Amino acid sequence: MIHQYIASVDQGTASSRCILFDHAARIVAVSQKEHHHIFPRPGWVEHDPLELLNNVHTVIQRALENAQLKATDIAALGITNQRETTVLWHRETGEPAYHAINWQDTRTDHLVRELGGELGQDRFRDRCGLPLATYFSGPKIRWLLDNVTGLRERAESGDLLFGTIDSWLIWKLTGRHVTDPTNASRTMLMNLNTLQWDDQLLDVMGVPRAMLPEICSSAEVYGEATGSLEGVPVAAALGDQSAALVGQTCFERGEGKCTYGTGSFLLLNTGEAPVQSANGLLSTVAYKLGSRPAAYALEGSIANTGALVQWFRDNVGLITSAPEIETLALTVQDNGGCYFVPAFAGLFAPHWRADARGVIAGLTGYITKGHLARAVLEATAWQTREVVEAMNSDASVTLQTLRVDGGMTANNLLMQFLADVLDVPVVRPLVAETPSLGAAYAAGLAVNFWPDLETLRGHWHPAAEWRPKMDPAIRAKGYRKWQKAVRRALDWVDEDDE
Amino acid sequence: MTNAVADVKSIQSIERAAAILRLLSGRSRRLGVVEIAGELDLAKATAHGILRTLTHVGFVEQDPESGKYQLGAALLHIGSSYLDGNELRTRALNWSDSLASRTNEAVRIGTLHDGQVLVVHHVFRPDDTRQVLEVGALLPAHATALGKMLLAEHAYAAAECVKAGLPRYTAATIVEGEQLQLALTLIKDRGWAADLEEFVPDEAAYAAPIKDRRGDTVGAIGISGPSERLCVKGKTRSDLAASVREAARSISRELGAMPG
Repeated sequence: MIHQYIASVDQGTASSRCILFDHAARIVAVSQKEHHHIFPRPGWVEHDPLELLNNVHTVIQRALENAQLKATDIAALGITNQRETTVLWHRETGEPAYHAINWQDTRTDHLVRELGGELGQDRFRDRCGLPLATYFSGPKIRWLLDNVTGLRERAESGDLLFGTIDSWLIWKLTGRHVTDPTNASRTMLMNLNTLQWDDQLLDVMGVPRAMLPEICSSAEVYGEATGSLEGVPVAAALGDQSAALVGQTCFERGEGKCTYGTGSFLLLNTGEAPVQSANGLLSTVAYKLGSRPAAYALEGSIANTGALVQWFRDNVGLITSAPEIETLALTVQDNGGCYFVPAFAGLFAPHWRADARGVIAGLTGYITKGHLARAVLEATAWQTREVVEAMNSDASVTLQTLRVDGGMTANNLLMQFLADVLDVPVVRPLVAETPSLGAAYAAGLAVNFWPDLETLRGHWHPAAEWRPKMDPAIRAKGYRKWQKAVRRALDWVDEDDE
Repeated sequence: MTNAVADVKSIQSIERAAAILRLLSGRSRRLGVVEIAGELDLAKATAHGILRTLTHVGFVEQDPESGKYQLGAALLHIGSSYLDGNELRTRALNWSDSLASRTNEAVRIGTLHDGQVLVVHHVFRPDDTRQVLEVGALLPAHATALGKMLLAEHAYAAAECVKAGLPRYTAATIVEGEQLQLALTLIKDRGWAADLEEFVPDEAAYAAPIKDRRGDTVGAIGISGPSERLCVKGKTRSDLAASVREAARSISRELGAMPG
């Protein structure tokens, strides 16, 4: 065999990385590069789309160099990406029309309330599976067309193109304007049942169809790459959380995983039909692999997990690197009664309360920086518990084991605490970079590098397992206190707050 | 060099003290005052005065029997490349996973902690059997591949370890100080360590050093498992040693170490 490896690009919120996998799904090279965040105003978060593109090229090249490989050694390229982040560019010149508006950006706050009208945030839930919220791409496109001079005319004439990051990269790599259902399902513009753009949603959102990419599957050859991977088939696109689900080989109904990164995302495979949530979870597309039927998922998103640790590092300065939070937290036995609700931009699932803001509750003169570090880590675990309870109720199955991945799984204290508060075993598989692995799997399936899902399942092995060992009374009290702290975070934002 | 540096007037006694520390750190055995004075071209009384001061602050220790000098324990805590164990685990995560899947054995990363090996990371053997996470466990340095690798890279820790005594775990455990020093010299030269049933009967292990940007050893990564898999006729397997070294090099590169 000539092509020995699959290249996987993960264009994430904080950085771009390229990982090369061999036939046994082992990592042979990694390269990563961080990019700038642009904060023009409070609540606004942007990237430079050209910087993202350049970084993607750089990490691909570096990964090839690290492994001493050439483009001809690569069977296919898979792409996974931060979801919802919105790019508009000119068809003729290929120039971005504006910075990429990041998913965390809250500039559409007023717009989404307006769009909800009297029916509120669930107005479009039946069609697209999502509540109206600032994260999703549709309102971001609308904001750009309304607020940047000249864009609406160009959008209507077909000169202006929209894409999530997958589309932007694939367009630059292959010249095709495509996306996949997992990314398209985060725009609020795709019909969750037909997996095509929905005229009614486009109409209400005020988005011309001419600017939208074609929705292909998540695993097929979109075209051949240019640049350092010249001639390599670009064969997969998956939003990062869907990619992680594929990387964890959660191919059966009832299987789920939680990825711990900047934010954290619990996804449960619900099979070939979407399940509507009664508990504030999202219905989304899990993946669509080639011509196979699409799989759907319930998703619980938690805004601030790794981001809270980064905030603690950068804005509070009690630690100099994120992993040091574990060292600091281990200087004390417990949280000392302190709880940290990181509702920096409101609360996500299952609350969906935009009016919430962060609180630190239970402060006394006894609390030290060690207790604060504990409270920061524990916030991730308690938020996971809220989402797991909602999911158990919606999907009428009880989660038996939580499969975890992402950078924060390197934090043993957190993983043990998670097992303790969920009262189920927490298992990390051998490859923690599951979004990259999932994109590699999808690309590998598309070019027959791997024959079937069973082969992929065979690669999954536990690398670490944490078992619950917390006293049930302590668990119950901790959760009660957490819920009290959450109530104190609600209803903070007033009309006259910007 | 900038002018600012050139303009600084050196303090001669500090320069000499630094030279003595450098000399002691480069030798695996203790040195006498005459030897030190001779090597550095100092008057014996001068060398003696500096050594007394360094002993006083704990940077140098004098062996009560031979009267010879070695680096002191206080230096362990100053300027030694301290890397937070949790940070090391985070940076090593991908490579330790790869090593486990490549060798089909359990992987551990250890750092020196008061003369023992502290396990800061553990990856299960990828065979789906029930295993228990051993992060935080302490292992004897002289009887394990991880420990011997770390001791080989830290001469003063090795001397401390010998001084504290070398308990026996199996018939193969090295319990003689001189024998251990010989083994460590060999390990340092070839860049990897093995433990052939020296800690647990019928178990073998391999380890290689993780280095930081300055080339200092901040930890060791290794695999362990039944000797029937990890050895051939009681001898080490060079393919496994190579895999362990490759993982160690990748993590070192991640930490900014130059390839080499």
